[in-house]
Amino acid sequence: MTRSPLAVFRFLRVFIAWWVVWAVLQALLLLWLGLEWQKAVIDSAVSNGLSAVCCLLLCYVMQFYLPQKERYWYLLFISITASSLIVLPARHILESIYPDDVAYLLLLKNSFPIRWGFALLLVICMSVICVLWYSFQEQQETEQRKNAAEALSKEAELFALRRQLQPHFLFNSLNSISALVGSRPQEARNMIQQLSDFLRGTIKKEDNPFVTLEDELQHLQLYLAIEQVRFGHRLQVQTNVEDASLGQLIPALILQPIVENAIKFGLYDTTGEVKIGINAIAHERQLLITVENPFDPETAQPRKGEGFGLSSVQRRLFLIFARTDLVSAEASGKLFTITIKIPQLLYESSDN
Amino acid sequence: MKVLIIDDEPLARMIVQEYLQDFPVLEILQECSDGFEGLKAIQQHRPDLIFLDIQMPKINGFEMLELVENPPAVIFTTAFDEYAIKAFEAHAVDYLLKPFSKDRFNKAIQKWLDSKNVPASANTTMLLEDASQSPSQKHRVVIKIGSKIKIIPVTDIRFLEAADDYVKIHTAEGSFLKNKTMNHFETILDPAHFVRCHRSYILNVQHITRIEAYEKDNHIALLKSGEQIAVSRSGYAKLKKMLDV
Repeated sequence: MTRSPLAVFRFLRVFIAWWVVWAVLQALLLLWLGLEWQKAVIDSAVSNGLSAVCCLLLCYVMQFYLPQKERYWYLLFISITASSLIVLPARHILESIYPDDVAYLLLLKNSFPIRWGFALLLVICMSVICVLWYSFQEQQETEQRKNAAEALSKEAELFALRRQLQPHFLFNSLNSISALVGSRPQEARNMIQQLSDFLRGTIKKEDNPFVTLEDELQHLQLYLAIEQVRFGHRLQVQTNVEDASLGQLIPALILQPIVENAIKFGLYDTTGEVKIGINAIAHERQLLITVENPFDPETAQPRKGEGFGLSSVQRRLFLIFARTDLVSAEASGKLFTITIKIPQLLYESSDN
Repeated sequence: MKVLIIDDEPLARMIVQEYLQDFPVLEILQECSDGFEGLKAIQQHRPDLIFLDIQMPKINGFEMLELVENPPAVIFTTAFDEYAIKAFEAHAVDYLLKPFSKDRFNKAIQKWLDSKNVPASANTTMLLEDASQSPSQKHRVVIKIGSKIKIIPVTDIRFLEAADDYVKIHTAEGSFLKNKTMNHFETILDPAHFVRCHRSYILNVQHITRIEAYEKDNHIALLKSGEQIAVSRSGYAKLKKMLDV
């Protein structure tokens, strides 16, 4: 339910002050026109008291009934009616207080159109303020609802992105296990363990979407161990992580798709040994992570963009930090490097 | 009978080898860890049957097969590839989806033994035609020069020229022959960049600098490299439509 502006203390004070000033001004004007101060005060009190009551009523009514955008001309109609409800009774009351004062009655009669005009202006002002106030409140409520809906869908999207898993990886890993079972059952059991831990980590639903780099690297280690069983000596991974960065926060499961890409890119674009480098440093309230893989500049060309899987990482970082400049790719010589920056400013708001 | 295993994962080769122990008639000649090794081994040993993975370093299983003359019978072993599966269903001896059971493997071998009277190369050739529709094949062309293999990204292609049973692929590094038809390339190459401007030419529009009139109805396209390509009347209409003039 929308609140009336008069329910806000600040506005109520302004409202009362306004009417006091207005009443004093009218009394002074009447004095200046030659009326005795007693009559001037009563005249001003009656007409301004009525208009204040009328404006309050108007404000109250508009809390429940707000004209549609196309029907703002209703306001004029309402204002004319309301102003008549002020000036006509006021005149009647004042006439009955001083029924025999001819000079005063004449003044009352002559100033009637001016009184009406001012009353009309006052009422129009009041109704416009009310309309603005109530529409603003309504708009704010819609905005809040929209934000809540967006937050929900964002969460759902993030969850889906986190859970992305390559079926290739899963089936090939199972095939490796199948091969190991016959001749090296202990290794097979090991790999099943690693694969299970890895999958569990992937589908884990946590309230806090952020984990420390240390946890993320631990999860990544499971993935790398499995890939190393699959590809044997061809795959080598060198991790170089600054101690200071281990405790920094990072969106859960953001590294794995990048490393997965680097491995795929490296393994399928070159023959022979593939060395993947993973480096992390803390730098000016940012966590800088680079992932390097070798590639063949002559044949890698068609790979840019699609099939690259980085778009999901980019999308996630955008949803979380509202920035598009956090992922960059660079090719120099035979080394391809992906750099991601994780701002470390979001400690508190990440819980929301 | 001679068998070859081509897969980039050592354990994947191991399981095929293990399953094959029950078939003493099948002799494993070699295990290869990528398409280059595979190609060399096929030419050297002329195997009767190969087990082939699709996703491998540098060139994939299909691209390797393309380079083999009279390819042997193929049983694919792969994890997951929706395009490939379509192709397999039509023409491959069999395809084994990893991980596969011993029973399933035995069935594949049996199927091959039963169908051995049918020449393998015919089926395999048809398979390749279908497989060439897969997206990776649209980005590059793999060719063989003597014993070397060259991978050409399609963006490097200036134009293609018909040359008897072959197609001559012209690039900045020179021209290369590939035993495919012009129609084949016309269907696989991205129509947003390549246009069949003449019976004997397919042109990469990104390499054109100018198109000039030349005798009556004919035109000539000038490439950035200075080469001149004949453009037929219908080819000129296609080019005009594509370049929006």
